[in-house]
Amino acid sequence: MKNGKKVLVVLVALMVLFSAAAMAAPKTWTVGFSQIGTESEWRTADTQSVTSAIGDDPTLVLIYSDAQQKQENQIKAIRTFIARKVNVILFTALVETGYGPVLQEAAKAKIPVIMIDRDVQKADRALRLTIMGSDFVKEGEKAGTWLADYLKKQGMDDGSKPINIVELQGTTGSAPAIDRKTGFANIMKQHANWQITRSQTGNFTTSEGKAVMEAFLKADKTIQVLYAHNDGMALGAIQAIKEAGLKPGKDIIVIGVDSVKGAFQAIVDGEMNCTVECNPLLGPQAVQAINDLRAGKKLPAKIDTIEGVFDATNAAAALPTRQY
Amino acid sequence: MAWWKSLTRKKIFWPLIALGVLMLFNLFFTPNFFRFEIKEGHLYGNVIDILKNGAPIMLLAVGLTLVIATKGIDISVGSIVAISAGVVAMLIGGDLHGVPKYPIPYAMAAALVVSVMCGMWNGMLVARIGMQPVIATLILLVAGRGIAMVTTNAMIVWLYAKPFALLGQGYLLGLPFSIFIVAGLVLMTVIITRRTALGLFIESVGINPTAARFTGINAKNLIFWVYTFCGFCAGVSGLVVCSTVMSADGNNAGVGYEMDAILAVVLGGTSMNGGKFYLVGSMVGALIVQTLTTTIYAFGVPPEIAQVVKALVVWIVSLLQSKTFRSMFLGMFGKKELSV
Repeated sequence: MKNGKKVLVVLVALMVLFSAAAMAAPKTWTVGFSQIGTESEWRTADTQSVTSAIGDDPTLVLIYSDAQQKQENQIKAIRTFIARKVNVILFTALVETGYGPVLQEAAKAKIPVIMIDRDVQKADRALRLTIMGSDFVKEGEKAGTWLADYLKKQGMDDGSKPINIVELQGTTGSAPAIDRKTGFANIMKQHANWQITRSQTGNFTTSEGKAVMEAFLKADKTIQVLYAHNDGMALGAIQAIKEAGLKPGKDIIVIGVDSVKGAFQAIVDGEMNCTVECNPLLGPQAVQAINDLRAGKKLPAKIDTIEGVFDATNAAAALPTRQY
Repeated sequence: MAWWKSLTRKKIFWPLIALGVLMLFNLFFTPNFFRFEIKEGHLYGNVIDILKNGAPIMLLAVGLTLVIATKGIDISVGSIVAISAGVVAMLIGGDLHGVPKYPIPYAMAAALVVSVMCGMWNGMLVARIGMQPVIATLILLVAGRGIAMVTTNAMIVWLYAKPFALLGQGYLLGLPFSIFIVAGLVLMTVIITRRTALGLFIESVGINPTAARFTGINAKNLIFWVYTFCGFCAGVSGLVVCSTVMSADGNNAGVGYEMDAILAVVLGGTSMNGGKFYLVGSMVGALIVQTLTTTIYAFGVPPEIAQVVKALVVWIVSLLQSKTFRSMFLGMFGKKELSV
């Protein structure tokens, strides 16, 4: 009997404690997150960032759904979110079209939808609150701007002598490839002496990037700059440049996009010059947006990811903190 | 004309002609294509690149030639490449100072064991369970990429252990080291299949498995080991692929290689209907595929139309291979004697 009493006392004490804690804590919000799948390293880092940022906030509860690259799974997941009356939906659209009806259902249930990284088609954009993610055109422009500054600092560009640039494009027809090309071309317009002498797809992969660069180097001995649409291809090309008996980073300026760990290492080693960040770590910004929303603040129509440009001046300091 | 007739009847003739025409095109239209230089004690040039970059497909084509000779197919080889690359990369580890986690030979052996097991899995499904080869190997084509992703934790693993670079980037006697691996594997396979009755057994199983069984050949066992060997070849190819770029990318390593390798085997003169196989022909076929790719890069074909150009050349080479087409074509000029 004595023991039973003790247990009871402890239980009651615990219950009082817990209810006090519950009263002290602010009301929790439930967040539904519909991710498209795990097709790349970038996507894995993105998912981990968002889920762990929400997990770290004690006032947020996450319902996560992986669509495994199927649109019908995503529509089902969003319907479930609506039925469970979540407070906000985070959503990465697999394709642009076909989400109109389900977004309408969310709007009818007055659940705000925040797009992460990939948007829906124009006609359905009134149904979602905002889009958060990278601007690929801006990334291309940053690469171009960095090159202009660097050439000026090195005294290599007098405005008339041609600067020979080769380009390794991403997968033909993909949004990042088209936009990173466009962004770089925008900056090229301001420099009449810059010319792209060769441009070929390396499919965003290291091995194809290397093979294409090998062929470029044999056909053209005047290459001064390499602009690769991602770091993977740039790292492959660096190996090709070395095999050609040239010094990457010195004989040929190497620029990549993404800022993966390998690129930082290459910059520290002096074999690569610059990498423009394409940040998948959207979690903290997503949580910020949710909390702003909860506080009744109005969100902008587009939230740009905080993205930097890394070169020899800041890569070594940033390397230890890189997560992907 | 008798020598001409016997020459054109040789299976190796037409693939060699196709390769020759591609090379001639480059001689006239691609500047510096045949220029050789000596860089850091080894040969350097587009032709060397073709040998070096063609090695992974050539290795795959060795195993696939035997599989296709048994009237089978293995479409999972690209995924096995990714698995092999993933296993070796994880075991060597991405230490920035190049200190391997496990000794490099052990890591390579482990990757080959895993690849052989993949081949055994395919062989078991085809030979023991009796699944159709396309469906049986389709399972590993899809699942294998998942296995590769799990192996590498869905990350690209970068390697800095210098000695491992020998396989895909090293040179021996001025030539790419990988080409010696290919030569070794081809030589070994030719000796085993042609100096013994094994090659004949494989061909007879491909032509008529029932008849082969009645003559006392254990067709099921033979098919099982042929798929196992194909897995081994894919494993070696994976090691070379990983070493070439010193990284393992579960998502992208070996994607589409199965199609290039099958194309190489068919261009080399081995029929998809099984039966007679031509290992050296397959190597020439792989060189055609790689020369085409390198030509597209060197000539500067815009990426938007590169695939169409590739398709066009493959189509023409396949037509050249077809006896029916050749006799039809020559028939138009009244030279009927070749249509025998």
